[in-house]
Parts: sequence; C-alpha cells; structure tokens
Amino acid sequence: MPIHEKSLIRPENLVTHDQLVLDGVDVSGHWSTFIQPRALTDYNERLQEEIAALDGGENIHRCWQCGSCTNACTVNAINPDFNPRYWIYLIRLGMEAELVRDKDIIWQCVSCHKCTYACPRDVVPEGVMKATAHWLALNGHTPKSPAAHFDEVFTSQIVATGRIEEGRVIRQFFDRTGQPLKQDWLLEMARRLLAKLPLTLMIKMGLAAVFRPRTRRWGKVRAALAQHLAEHERNARSAGTARAAAGAPMKGSEG
Amino acid sequence: MTNKYRKVAYYPGCALEGSGHAYHRSTKALGKALGLDLVEVKNWNCCGAMEAKNIDPKLQTYLSSRVMSIAAGEMGFDTVMAPCNGCYHNLKKAEYDLAHDPASVEVVEKLARKGGHEPYRSGSLETIHALDWIKEAIGEDGIRSRVKKSLAGIRIANYYGCLYTRPRHIFPEKDKGPGSESTAKPHFMDDILRAAGAEIVEFPLKTACCGGAHTLSDSDTSTKLVLNILEAAEMCGADIIATECPTCHSGLEMHQVRAEKNFGRKTAVKMLYFTQLLGIALGLPPRRLGVQENVSDARALLEAKGLA
Ligand code: SF4
Ligand code: SF4
Repeated sequence: MPIHEKSLIRPENLVTHDQLVLDGVDVSGHWSTFIQPRALTDYNERLQEEIAALDGGENIHRCWQCGSCTNACTVNAINPDFNPRYWIYLIRLGMEAELVRDKDIIWQCVSCHKCTYACPRDVVPEGVMKATAHWLALNGHTPKSPAAHFDEVFTSQIVATGRIEEGRVIRQFFDRTGQPLKQDWLLEMARRLLAKLPLTLMIKMGLAAVFRPRTRRWGKVRAALAQHLAEHERNARSAGTARAAAGAPMKGSEG
Repeated sequence: MTNKYRKVAYYPGCALEGSGHAYHRSTKALGKALGLDLVEVKNWNCCGAMEAKNIDPKLQTYLSSRVMSIAAGEMGFDTVMAPCNGCYHNLKKAEYDLAHDPASVEVVEKLARKGGHEPYRSGSLETIHALDWIKEAIGEDGIRSRVKKSLAGIRIANYYGCLYTRPRHIFPEKDKGPGSESTAKPHFMDDILRAAGAEIVEFPLKTACCGGAHTLSDSDTSTKLVLNILEAAEMCGADIIATECPTCHSGLEMHQVRAEKNFGRKTAVKMLYFTQLLGIALGLPPRRLGVQENVSDARALLEAKGLA
C-alpha cells in the first residue's frame, strides 16, 4: 500500500525496501514503503480512570473522537503536535508511553475554551488538558510546568490576603522559575509606562507594593481555604497516582 | 434607554486596581457622565482569575461566590457589573455551578460557614458585563443623542477575547436571537461604538485568544497569538483595537512591545478600552478617561482626528 499521509507516521515506523518482490510481483520503488507492524503490550488500563479522577478530567469517557476540539484549538494552530483529540484517544486506550512522548507541550493549553465550545459531547477538553498536565507532574513524568508555578504563586497570594497585587506575583514567579526581571522587553514596557504615568498613580502603585491590598475579615476565610486546599491536594495525589499507591510498577517514558 | 441597570453593584476586581487602572477610571467616569450609579462591592476579594481553578475549580467557585454573597446579601443588590472578562466569566460560572452541581454547593457552604459569612444562593444575583450595562441602560439611541464628538473617521476592530462568550453554557442569556448577544460573533461593542460614530471594520478575530493565561509562563506562545491579532486588525484596516477586558488589553499592549523587541515585528495599531472611546465621544477629556495611562499611546492619533 502506498502511504499518502506519511507525515502522520513517525519515521522509525516506516520501512522502505529498495527491491521487493511479493508473491512474484515486483513492488520496488513507490510501492515498497510499509508501516512497520508492531504489537503493543504495555497498556495502562487505569490511565483513563486516573485522569478522570483529577479536576477537569471527569467527562473524558464521553469522547467520540470527532476532532472538533483539535480543529478549534488555539495552540494547535501554532503547533500541529498539540492535539487534544489524539491525547484523549491515547488516554482512553491506555497508551501511556505514547502520551508521555508529548509531555512537554500538554501544559501549554491556554484555556481559551474553544474546544469546549466546539465539543458536541460535553467532554470539556480544556479540563482534560489540565487534568492530563496535572497527572504528568503527579506521576513524575514532568517537573512542575512554568504555568503550574504561576498558578501556585497566584493562588497562594489570594489565600493569604484575598487579593492580588500584580507586581508581587510577577516578582515571585520570576524568582521561582529563575528568570531575570531585567529582560529587554520588560524594561521597554516599564520605560514606556514610567514615561507617562501620573506621579499620583505611581505613588499609589508603589504604596500597593508596600502595603499590600487586602480583603478585611479574611482571617477565618484564609484558615478555611488553607485547610480545604491541603485536603484537596491529598485527595488528588492519591486518586491521580492510584497505581503507584497500589504498589504496581510505574512505567517510565519510552519516547 | 430603560430603567434597567441604572444602579448596580460594581465589582472592579484586582486587575482594575493595577494594570487595568485606566479601565477602572474610564468606567467610573462614564457612569458619572451618564447618570448611572455604580456602588462598589464592599470588601471584595479576588474572583480566582484564571489561576485558582487550576489548583481547584471549586476554590474559584467559592471565591466568586463570596463576592456575590456580599453584593446580594449584605448590600441587597440584584445586579452586579464586572468590567473584566475574567471576573465576569468566573461569577457567571459560579452561578451556573451552584445552580447545577450539588458538590459545588456543598464546598461553598462549608467554606462560607468556616469563613464566617452567609453562603451565596444561586438565583439571587444577575452578573452583567460593562457592555451589557451600557447597551441596556443607555442603548444605541441614548448614545446617539448624547454624542458630542463623533468618532467618525476612526476605524475600529472590536476585540472581545475568550471569556466573554466561552464556554457557551454559562451564558444562558446569549444566543437568544435579535437583541441578544451572540457567542459566535459578539456585537455589543460594535453596536455601542457604531452609535458613537466610529467606522467598525469587519474583524474575523473578535473572539481569538491572546494567550492571556500564559502571558508570562509561556511568553512566546502569547506573543505569537497577539501578533496574529494585531496584524489581522491592521490588515482589516483598523486604526484602533477596542477592548473590554483588562487582561486582553494589557496582553495586547505587552506583547506588541515584545513582538517588536524579540521578534522584530512592529505593528502600529493602538489599543483603547471601549469605555475610553465612548467617553471621548461623549465629550469627556481624555485625561479623565486615563488615555495617558495606556502603554499603547493613542494620543497622537486622537489629536490628528480632532478628538483630543
Ligand atoms: S482550551 Fe486549550 S485545548 Fe482547548 S482549544 Fe484552547 S488551547 Fe486548545
Ligand atoms: S470535540 Fe469532544 S467529542 Fe470531539 S474529539 Fe474533541 S473531546 Fe472528543
């Protein structure tokens, strides 16, 4: 069989024979490229269950593989390897090693909700992307992504004071991810801002950085949220790593 | 003009006290000029923005519900107006979840009880966006009769971003036919600015994503997405991109600078909040609308068109 969509198959799975005679028919040349047959044995049959147990993954079983999510996806338009439909397929089949090949881009979902808007089966693919990124980190396939660091810095500030002061979030985030604050484009932004801002506003912003904006009567809420989040994290950890907890061997990345 | 929304609770949110300050200023200035009462929600907290939900979706539901419980309970309002797409979306989502998901109700009640306040009960408050507010309370005819400096001569691409229309199910009032907002092709900002005299260009990327959620954590992706929006607006003939969200607005401004510095791609289109544009049309001085606070500086353009 000639293979028209060669780009969809990884090069190591294609074999080309310079000369090949099959059943007495010469199939050299265009007709001699084949997809390497392979048998998969390393299914993780609990993969879907584990991802469905994490926030956002609940509806993954409803997917009927129409591809509307990938077709609508913002990130797919700039990186064709970012393919929510395909990842959902792999998860439902339990093809963990294949999924893990894309571990470094799954977190890049920008939560634009275009997939959820397009999905005819209420799968909420955006949620599945977040659950999958979370699963990858929980199971040690990836370090915490920059986005996850940002979410944590941001959320811990809300829990602490009830409000966000943007400057503080940016400083803490850059600190945690080891990036310098002195980047060309950031300095240029600051220059353009400082050139125009009225002095009173600059003073106000400066004061906000020192006296953090905070919500009053927040003390009890803070305690309640801290307790709730600690419980929530414990639950996610045990649900999303069910196999590890059960003592079954973990499969590492093969890609 | 109707009597609806003449006095509403106002939830500015964190961004409007920081990078989106010009939106805060221009929204309040509009309210004053149009005789619409905005009463700020007392002692409000962050709605959870785009981040809290990735730690726990129900944390976002609770945070948003606390704001709603103050507006509805303590303050007795039936409507809260949020100009930020993120806040607007999160309050709408909390309303939806609390009406449809018993597990969310349980968490919100538990946290409210421990936090020492009344839990929010779904159905007690309507959440609207600043676009709904102007469109309902003043309307196109109301705007036309108040225009002092027509925006005629400036070409505008209206940019609505993601969270004003997606996901569809949390906006039950949209897609209800003539007069209602469309989630596929929103038009409230078009209607408002057209009534103020502007020429609205056909802009296919109205609801494209600017990458706001990862503006700092995956900056290259955001810059590519923003550049696409800016270049498309220019190709459509726009002088100005009108915005209705502080995160979209600062994302466009920031990554316009970044595209120029890091990718060597310069674009000239300027960003203004729709509240700034409407304020200018109503004859308010640009300073009072915070036009000088925008990073993308539209003052020369406005002067050339006789609007500043
Ligand atoms: S929410 Fe994520 S997966 Fe869905 S369309 Fe947007 S970027 Fe793609
Ligand atoms: S749009 Fe929904 S049903 Fe279709 S492939 Fe994506 S997740 Fe599956």
